Amino acid sequence: MTNASIAVRDLTKAYGDIVALDHLSFEIQPGEIVGFLGPNGAGKSTSMKLLTCFLAANSGEAKVAGFDVYKESNEVRKRVGYLAETNPLYEDMIVLDYLHFVAQIRRIPRPKRRTRIEEVADQCGIRHVLHRDIKHLSKGYKQRVGLAQAILHSPEVLILDEPTSGLDPNQIIEIRDLIKELGSEKTVILSTHILQEVTAVCDRILIIDKGKLVADGSIKDLAHKLQRPQILKLIVNLTDVSTQTVRRELKAIRGVTKASGSGGTFDIVAKHNIEVATHIYELMVSRGWVLRELSRREPTLEDVFRGFTGGVAPEDAIIDPDDAFDPPTIETPKQNPPQKGELDDDEEDNEEEDDEEEEDDGTEEDQ
Amino acid sequence: MQAIWTLIKRELSAQFNSVVAYIVVILFLLITGGMFFLDFFEGIQELSLRRFFGDAPFFLAFFAPAMSMSVFSEEKRAGTLELLMTMPVSDLQIVIGKFIGVVLLLAVVLLFTLPYPITLYFLGDLDWGPVIGGYLGLLFLGAAYLSVGVMVSSWTKNQIVAILLAFFLCFVLFIIDRLLGVQSGNTATILETMSANYHFRSISRGVIDLRDLVYYVSVMVICLAAARTSLAARRW
Repeated sequence: MTNASIAVRDLTKAYGDIVALDHLSFEIQPGEIVGFLGPNGAGKSTSMKLLTCFLAANSGEAKVAGFDVYKESNEVRKRVGYLAETNPLYEDMIVLDYLHFVAQIRRIPRPKRRTRIEEVADQCGIRHVLHRDIKHLSKGYKQRVGLAQAILHSPEVLILDEPTSGLDPNQIIEIRDLIKELGSEKTVILSTHILQEVTAVCDRILIIDKGKLVADGSIKDLAHKLQRPQILKLIVNLTDVSTQTVRRELKAIRGVTKASGSGGTFDIVAKHNIEVATHIYELMVSRGWVLRELSRREPTLEDVFRGFTGGVAPEDAIIDPDDAFDPPTIETPKQNPPQKGELDDDEEDNEEEDDEEEEDDGTEEDQ
Repeated sequence: MQAIWTLIKRELSAQFNSVVAYIVVILFLLITGGMFFLDFFEGIQELSLRRFFGDAPFFLAFFAPAMSMSVFSEEKRAGTLELLMTMPVSDLQIVIGKFIGVVLLLAVVLLFTLPYPITLYFLGDLDWGPVIGGYLGLLFLGAAYLSVGVMVSSWTKNQIVAILLAFFLCFVLFIIDRLLGVQSGNTATILETMSANYHFRSISRGVIDLRDLVYYVSVMVICLAAARTSLAARRW
């Protein structure tokens, strides 16, 4: 408890009748990058506002960098960098003046200001816009200026409320890389409702829903807790065998609850705790069918997310072999033409892989 | 202290980056200049700024709210208050920084009216006592109005609401002794001591009375404390 970077206990906050946070408790260790995930209105921004001393809780306590956010607010503020959801900036200033203002108010000693601002400007890729009016910057650059503001004083703890909202795919990748880089030396807590973001950046996920913590752990842990069925993709050369035969044979394998597909491509759903891949491979070999691809799809965060926040209740997720019905969202193959289109403009190669995992409307969810 | 200075500079730069400050300065100078020159030719035999100092308090009740309307309303509207209030500065520092910022703007406006007494000085034997008293009075009166404006601005994110409400309060403060039509007795004395204009009249005669200064300073303290409370209220 004492050396946790952020320690929250029983935090409760209500706006009038609406309970935004309901006895929220969690701890974050130094150096962790934690993703704060939840639907809109789950209480993500509220908890961040409490941690940054902008609002105060009705009850409970929160400590950031060892200081109480209410009683030792000033100490907390000195050690926290905050990028608010709306990314507020003094739009009438030029970027350089704005960063100077922040540096002054953050008490960065005068001789260091200039070099520190340049350092941060380089890190955030805003060096060439330093003399531009903030109001004339694009959303992506504004976001970077906001981020520069948040890291200017080298805070121990970085609190970022939806840092990539409204950015284009290239910018998202850049900001994520920057966050990852920063996370190597700082505690970072970032909120998002974009699922692939957490997969890409975070070590740990906290899922909150209706002001309560519903899940806490790495993506793997959470998927495991949910006991999602395994999902495999199989591609076979169908030269001398019919689709029906393959399906029938696949279903005969122990643990397989569902096999669907046609044209040589099959989606296989199997119970989470039984090894089926080997058996499928052996089946292919023994029948002499030419196996072109056999891959396992890791449960995506959206599967996990829905499981925890009520899309599908966790109990329902455990597949009963006798009643092997699976919600269609889970077995839909990950094909998403519009997003592929977007990526064509992309030079980043690794993005391709990231996006294979990505859920249908990850980026569109943004509101 | 350094934080307050940073905030003052920021407030001044915000004011001069917005068109409002220029409009306020120019209109105030046009109107008071107009009054001054009307008086200049009418009462040419009398070398004083009485008319100017007589009218300025009334116009300040309009113009001070225009200067102060944006201080918190704009920050609330743009969300930058969240930025400011998560920086290592206290609510009181924010309020004082912004208040001193707008008072400096007012001082600049008053500075631009200095040509009036200087003109008179070259025309004849000007009594500088009432002039200095008048300017000091205007500064204190204006600062009191501005503190009202800062307080109102901390209540709303709508600048129109801020200016109208502040104007109303300043006007009441200005005219309260004449408002109720009480001519004599204790009530009249009490109302008189609450009136911004009453205290201004005595300063502008060139008599700097501690009671007048105490009055203006109390208005400022009360209003700024209220503004601070309204900022702190989000942490309740």
